[in-house]
Parts: sequence; structure tokens; C-alpha cells
Amino acid sequence: MQFIRPVLHSQVCTSARPSARQFLQKLGKSCSFSLNSSSTRLYSTEFFPINDELYGLTDEQKQLRQTIFQFCQKELAPKAQQIDAENDFKDIKKFWRQCGELGILGVTAPTEYGGLGASYLDHAIVMEEMSRACAAVALSYGAHSNLCVNQIVRHGTDEQKSRYLPKLISGEWIGALAMSEPNAGSDVVSMTMRADKQSDGSYVLNGSKFWITNGPDADVIVVYAKTKPEAGAHGITTFLVERDSPGFSCSRKLDKLGMRGSNTGELVFDGVRVPADRVMGRLDGGVYVLMSGLDIERLLLSAGPLGIMQAACDTAFQYAHIRKAFGQSIGQFQLLQGKMADMYCRLTSGRCYVYSVARALAQGSRQPMDCAGVILKCAEDATQSALDAIQILGGNGYINEYPAGRLLRDAKLYEIGAGTSEVRRLVIGRAINNIYKS
Amino acid sequence: YIHIINKADMAASKGLKILVGCKRVIDYAVKVRVKPDRSGVVTEGVKHSMNPFDEIAVEEAVRMKEKKLAGEAVAISVGPPQSQETLRTALAMGIDRAIHVEIPLAQLEKLQPIHVSKLLAKVCESEKPDLVILGKQAIDDDCNQTGQMLAALLDWPQATFASKIEPSQDSKQLRVTREVDGGMETIDVSVPAVVTSDLRLNEPRYATLPNIMKAKKKPLAKMSPDQLGVDLQPRQEVISVEDPPVRKAGAKVESVEDLVGKLREKGLVK
Repeated sequence: MQFIRPVLHSQVCTSARPSARQFLQKLGKSCSFSLNSSSTRLYSTEFFPINDELYGLTDEQKQLRQTIFQFCQKELAPKAQQIDAENDFKDIKKFWRQCGELGILGVTAPTEYGGLGASYLDHAIVMEEMSRACAAVALSYGAHSNLCVNQIVRHGTDEQKSRYLPKLISGEWIGALAMSEPNAGSDVVSMTMRADKQSDGSYVLNGSKFWITNGPDADVIVVYAKTKPEAGAHGITTFLVERDSPGFSCSRKLDKLGMRGSNTGELVFDGVRVPADRVMGRLDGGVYVLMSGLDIERLLLSAGPLGIMQAACDTAFQYAHIRKAFGQSIGQFQLLQGKMADMYCRLTSGRCYVYSVARALAQGSRQPMDCAGVILKCAEDATQSALDAIQILGGNGYINEYPAGRLLRDAKLYEIGAGTSEVRRLVIGRAINNIYKS
Repeated sequence: YIHIINKADMAASKGLKILVGCKRVIDYAVKVRVKPDRSGVVTEGVKHSMNPFDEIAVEEAVRMKEKKLAGEAVAISVGPPQSQETLRTALAMGIDRAIHVEIPLAQLEKLQPIHVSKLLAKVCESEKPDLVILGKQAIDDDCNQTGQMLAALLDWPQATFASKIEPSQDSKQLRVTREVDGGMETIDVSVPAVVTSDLRLNEPRYATLPNIMKAKKKPLAKMSPDQLGVDLQPRQEVISVEDPPVRKAGAKVESVEDLVGKLREKGLVK
């Protein structure tokens, strides 16, 4: 295969995403004369613009997007390629602290615990912009801020909230949620991890969990286990487990196709004792916590593929207007215009769906059908848009120096995690059946 | 116009009142395009944001408030209606209140530093700040004139290209470190004064969501050039705006001797 040497300016590569500060530094030190030098203007339209007017965002939400965009493009985007290559985000603790300072680790948490007390839509905007910069870290962020933090906000006792939320929201602790097991993914309520009640009221957990995002790094984990195995789905209870509990370990970090840098692990619970006051929600009532949490998780995570679609447009559209063939930029050929149009429509319609469901959820209306629908649509569209981005970049799309390949590998996860596309279709189909039930 | 601060010890006083200038400019990351009629650059539909040097000025004012050197920080912007967004960003970074001097669209393109400095001088008459901090230059016109002109109009001392601002040793003045071509120069200026910010003065903070929401409640006053009695008659006429010439390919040389030889050939060295 003939590899085409990159003929573009290095701007199109993943590494250099200059911030305003770096731009000023390039203008020259404290020179007082004009340095708007020539056509070595380094900054073409690196980002495909988002028309916030279309989505009915408030001024605050527009400013929020700006802040998160600037923060993530400066602190995260330059490291995305390396994080993917190394399958590790070495600076995660520092980044978590920075997120803590911005308040984004507890967007939906009450202000008394350090949260922002803001809406699911605000949270989705943060998730989207972070995913645009680095989908893997955004996935870890989503697992921490929604799967863990938000579940504690919704179901924790005051004591549990005071004990766990402040450090999770400040970024000192990393959170995770563990429901899936090696033999229970889609059929999660068939989980076999046991939680046996002891004479002193505490519980002892035995079993293992699999595919747990942040598992290797988490300080606090929301864990689902069977307190009454014979009751099936109605024998599940939710527990809050701390990392240093004896018997708890992360046996291995998984080597994944994509989302590399979002550490995923197998968690082993070998006689882990959990005090009675670490039961979250009603005893044996965990399935409600789990299922309602899944709806919100699906909505929030759907902003992940949204960010990936935006990143695909950012990369591919710019490339199409710089790369020349047959005497003109390739973006002017009809077949590529068509591809870009399709990518644009998937992105924009996806955004409308995500924001609408987020708004409805914020107002208290939770529809499992739409929560499943929004992530089903966005995930499959993101995979398709990532494929299109690779195609637009042509040979360069196939080289790992360019981000398109990573976008595809990252996008694919969203068709699987938080309920596979198949399960999502089941949920929607059954909900429709229900409407017509006589 | 002279306004002398009577407070002997700055640290003991209520703190300086700071006025910070913010300009709405085309965002640094946008690819600027010249209009087909060569009368200027395309601004419609193009992303705009606060001039990066002004962000640094805003950050410095907020930090001086946090250090209790300043008591109140006011942001001012001279520009179109959309300049309000720029002011809201300043408010979200920690500025107390904002003033918007709205310029009608017809006069916007011909607005020059001389007009802006006159408008700012008029506002200083009523606001009576102890310190005015401006960005050293705007990234759209690169004029680097407004701060200097403002100081001259007010007959105030100026400290331009500041990379550090702190109280002087006797706390009666401001000690400003300036970045100049020869290196760093440290001067003491008495207040009131005009300071312009350079790149290394600080690193601006991100506007967090709680502060963005708080900013909504902060006062934003509107003024017009007529109210301030300033004539916006342009002093310069832009004849044409053109793309810079396309950079021609250079030649690579193998050694220093070759380089010197080529420079001699072109008559650039003797």
C-alpha cells in the first residue's frame, strides 16, 4: 500500500492545539510592533463551529460550553493521542483536581457538597465538550460524575452523601459503579455476586465484577450484589464500597480496542465486609436504583458519541478543505460534500435529541424509551461518522498520527456499554408494546 | 484633570478602584478572510471573543481584589451590542460591574484608538478609578496605542507591557515590571495610573458555571458616545485591505559558509 506522505501543515495532526496563550507567544515576546506575519498564519478553522442558537441554550449554557471547550482543548486534547497509545492517563489525578476546581465533577450534585446544583443538560454539555477533546477520559468522567456521584446524590442518606460526595466532587477521590459480571452483561439482573448478612448487621460480599470503568483507580464504588439470590431481580441491593476494604482488589486492567486511557478493570470481592450503613436505598430494592440509574446514564453518556461526532467533523472538514487533488480541495468534490452533509445531519439531529431528552429529564420527566433511544441513535451515528472521517482523510485516516482511527475505536464502545444496541432496541420495542397493551 | 489619591498607605485603605478595558475581537483561532471589495475583513458570522491581552488584564484586576489591593473592579467595553457578551465573560471571571459604551454599527468600522481613549478618559472623569488596566494591544489591529493615549489625555503616569504589578516598597505607589526589548524594566508609578498588560502578567482563569450564573445579577450599565460628548469622526481612511503576499519558497543550504556566500550574493552582507 502506498502511504501518502502528509502534505499538510502539522496543524491537522492531533498534537498541536494551541490555546490563545500559545497563539500570543507565537506572535513574539513583548514586541510592540505588529507580528501578524503573512500567510504563515497557523490557524485555519480548526474547529467546525457549533451554532448554539439552534438548540435553545441559555446564555449561561453557551458560556459553560466555551469554558469547558477551552479547558479541555488546552488540558486534555494535546494528550489524547498519547493517552490512547499508552492505554493510560498518567495525569488523571491532576486532571481530576482541575475538574474539581471547575465544579464539573458534581454538576448535578447539591451545592452544599461542592456540586453545581445544575441540570442534566448542563452536565451533557460538559460531557460533550470533554468527549470532543478525548473520548476515553470523558468516559471515565461520565462514570465518575454520573454513574457514581449522581447515584449517591439520588439515593444516598445524608450521612453517605456527607461522607463521600465532598471528596468525589473535589477530585480527591475517583468514583466508579459496578454492576456487570463476567457472566452477566446484558442479563445484568442474573448477577451472582452475593451479599450475605452477618450477625452484626454488616454484609460480606463475594464475587467479581467485569468491565468496570475506573475500576483500577476508584476510591469509592457503587456495587450491586444479591442479598436474596432466590428472588432474582428483586433480590439485589446497592452498596457503597471503599477501595481499602480488606478482600477488595482489582485483578487486572483490561486491554481494550478503544477508550484506551479510560482504565477498565475486573474487580474481585473476596469476603469484603461492608457495614450496614453502607447500604444505599432499600434492601432488596436495588433493581430500581439500577434501572432508573441506567436511564439517566444512557442520557448523559449519549453526549459522549455526540462529542465524537463533533470531533469527526472538526478533523475531517478541515482536512477536506486543505487537502488538494486534481487541482482543487477535495471538499469540493460532490461525493465528499455528500459525506460531510451526512456527518453534519447526524451530529445536529443527535444534538437536538440529546438536549431535548436532557431538558425533559431535568424537568422530572424520565422516559426509558427516549433515554435508550438517544444513546442508541447517537452511538450508531458516531461509529458511522467516524468511518466517514477516516474515509475523508483517505490514506492519512489509516495512519495513527491522525485522530480518525481513534475516533472510530472510541465510538464503537458506545454501541455496547450502558446496554448494547440490541438491548436498547428491546427496551424501546417493549415500551411501544406497552402503549398498545389492552 | 488631576486626581491624587490621598491614602498614604495603600494596604490600609479600602483598596484601589480598578477600571479594566475589554475589547471584542475576532477569535484568535479563526481564519481571517479579506472582504472581496478589499475594504476590510469579514466579521459577519465569524466567532468573536475577548482580546487575549484583555483577559489577562481582567485576571490581574480580579487577583488584585483577591489580594485586597483592590476594592472594586469595573470592566468597560467600547463596541457593538455584542460587546455585552465580552463584558459578561469579564463579570464571570470576578469583575464587580460593567459599563458598555455602545457604538452604532455605521461608526464601528471606523473606530480608532484615539476615539476609544477619549471615551475612556471621559468615563474616568465620572468613575474616578485609581488604576486603569488595558491589554497592551488588540489582536485585530495590533495598534498598541489606546493605553498610551489614555494616559496622555488624563495626564496620568503609564506603565506599559507590564509583566508584574505590586505595591512599591513604601506602599504609596505601584511597582511595575515592564517587558521591553532590552530586557525587564522596573518602575514605580504613582496612582492614578494607566497600566497595559503583557503576556506574562498572569494566566487567566476559566469562568466556572457558578460564577457565570452569579454574573447574571451583576450590574451592566449602557452609555453612548453622545452622552459622553465624544466625536467619533474618523481621522484615518482605510484605502485597502489585502492578503499578505504568498510566501515564496526559500532555498536550503548545507553549511554556514554556503549561507554567508548566498547572503553576499544577494548583497545583504558585505
